[in-house]
Amino acid sequence: MRRRIPIIITFIVGTALIMAMFIPHTPFSSLDENLSVYFDIIAVFAFILGGGNLLRVHLEKIQKKKRDWQFSIVTVVGFLFMLIIGFFKVGGPPGLSGDFLAEGSWFRFMFEAVFNPLQATMFSLLAFFVASAAYRAFRAKTKEATILLIAAFIILVGRTPIGHYFTSWLPKQLDFLHVPTLASWIMGWPNTAGQRAIMIGIALGVIATSLRIILGIERPYLGAEK
Amino acid sequence: MRHKRCGWYFNSRILIFPVSILSLIFILGYCHFPEAQEETFDILLRSEETPAPPGPPAVHDTPYDSGESITIQWELSSDDGAGKNHVTGYDILRSETRDGEYQLISSVTKGVKEYVDTSTKDKVDYYYRVRARASEFFADSSPSEAVQSKQQWYNPERSNLLAIAVILSFFIILYISRAKRGKKLFIRRIAGLEAVDEAVGRATEMGKPILYVPGIQDLDDVQTVAGITILGSLAKTIAKYDTKLDVPVSRSMVLAAARETVKQSYLSAGRPDAYSDDIVHYVTDEQFGYVAFLDGTMVRNKPAACFYLGSFFAESLILAETGNSIGAIQVAGTAQPAQLPFFVAACDYTLIGEELFAASAYLSKEPRALGSLKGADAGKVIALMFIGLGVTLETLRVLTGSPAIAKASDFIIRLVSLRF
Repeated sequence: MRRRIPIIITFIVGTALIMAMFIPHTPFSSLDENLSVYFDIIAVFAFILGGGNLLRVHLEKIQKKKRDWQFSIVTVVGFLFMLIIGFFKVGGPPGLSGDFLAEGSWFRFMFEAVFNPLQATMFSLLAFFVASAAYRAFRAKTKEATILLIAAFIILVGRTPIGHYFTSWLPKQLDFLHVPTLASWIMGWPNTAGQRAIMIGIALGVIATSLRIILGIERPYLGAEK
Repeated sequence: MRHKRCGWYFNSRILIFPVSILSLIFILGYCHFPEAQEETFDILLRSEETPAPPGPPAVHDTPYDSGESITIQWELSSDDGAGKNHVTGYDILRSETRDGEYQLISSVTKGVKEYVDTSTKDKVDYYYRVRARASEFFADSSPSEAVQSKQQWYNPERSNLLAIAVILSFFIILYISRAKRGKKLFIRRIAGLEAVDEAVGRATEMGKPILYVPGIQDLDDVQTVAGITILGSLAKTIAKYDTKLDVPVSRSMVLAAARETVKQSYLSAGRPDAYSDDIVHYVTDEQFGYVAFLDGTMVRNKPAACFYLGSFFAESLILAETGNSIGAIQVAGTAQPAQLPFFVAACDYTLIGEELFAASAYLSKEPRALGSLKGADAGKVIALMFIGLGVTLETLRVLTGSPAIAKASDFIIRLVSLRF
């Protein structure tokens, strides 16, 4: 019974949401929106679980002086500090209804002066990783890699001003060989075709997975397959 | 001067005096009162500047919707785009009685001849007027007929979507029932999933942990659900090999589901003693905070195998390249087409799109799940048939220019164009 009830709920809710796609009448019309709100409410409570888990794992690490336990101090201090200054709106407007991100609040300062730069730092790593991954992917070791390299070269050059100057001397009859035209063709035809093929497969996969969940064949939300 | 008919004498000079007096009064009044001056000009100019009114509005309940919406359409004023061409826009006015006071509800620019009023209450009579504006001059249309908004029980615009859903569901359920009856189904080999055992074996031999990342989205994303389902199968293998598993998650609800899944897998593998709640742990909801943690974990712990199965965005390449730099065997899978090239470039195996959703069935070998894969394949056959038909008809349309083929091609396009 412990397993059957969630499966029945999943079946009813899943079927109702599919029906809501085709029935604009209430209560179906607002079902998707309302269930999203329910999800958000559950997620808020689940966050307590997440925050509790974070504290437990790192405090235990500090207590038992496990490997790299010093990093855990930074995590716990950072977590508690942000929690307290956000919760009590330190430096911000008094009262419960004021904005915790108000001008002059400590939380805003930490957000803008610490959090945002750190995020930007992590994101900027992408530029270097793109270069290293491209170097590896475009090594012309196989036939496929060579095609990839040529296509990438055409698109890279075709999307820059120099690409225009490279082949601007070509006569009108050979315009299809103009590098920006070739780049646009690669993006517009082979690339779009490939992307659409993947999208069709994904859509079918999502439908099959959703049906497996609605029919109770797959139930990861119960914590078990069988 | 003698009037011929009346027979009495009419001296025109007599009129000079009163006419002069009246003219003087008029000129003095006109100069003294500016309002009167303006009014007089208005009277003189109105006929010139006032735009022609728009045609009477045609109103109807907006079709196939959830109510509270009325569509108003009107003929443009003859001074909009033609005539004096000085109409600047239209005001939409509404009243609950035909001759009552009309309230302005919205304005649209010139050239627009339709407005959807989404501020109505269902089952209430409304009347509309459309006002053509030309600077401060305006002209109202006559009022519309009474109209009510109401909810509909079916959206026929999605009939093709319904048909596709029914056909696909039919095939999926058909193959599931066939699989349940014991019919053997052939599923093609997926290299990335064949490598799971190899990756776990390698980690066991090296005595290093396995890192599993179920994406950065919450449990309401089907990719995360697929990622957690695969984690269940993988955790069972890992439990058998007695290898260390590390599952850092970025969402609290994923934490709860993943923890239960891993626990169940260890139990079914007969290794409840090897299970610990610390296997699955929460890090942060923040995308790059999570990435920083994962990168740090990879660099410090050097896992032998890294699995990235779920929904990924900009972090995909950062994770995959870091994993590559530590020499881990990497298996990735996502349904985000923009992230697939990054995973293909940096990982050993990549589950492309649908393979991510097929993975759980593939790994579990559960007949009903395998049946659903065959059903999805039937969907692919139907999609291919329509693609083939559409390409053929479009090619023939271009080559022949035949209106019949053009009509058939348009029909196919309409048939498969889905409205969400």
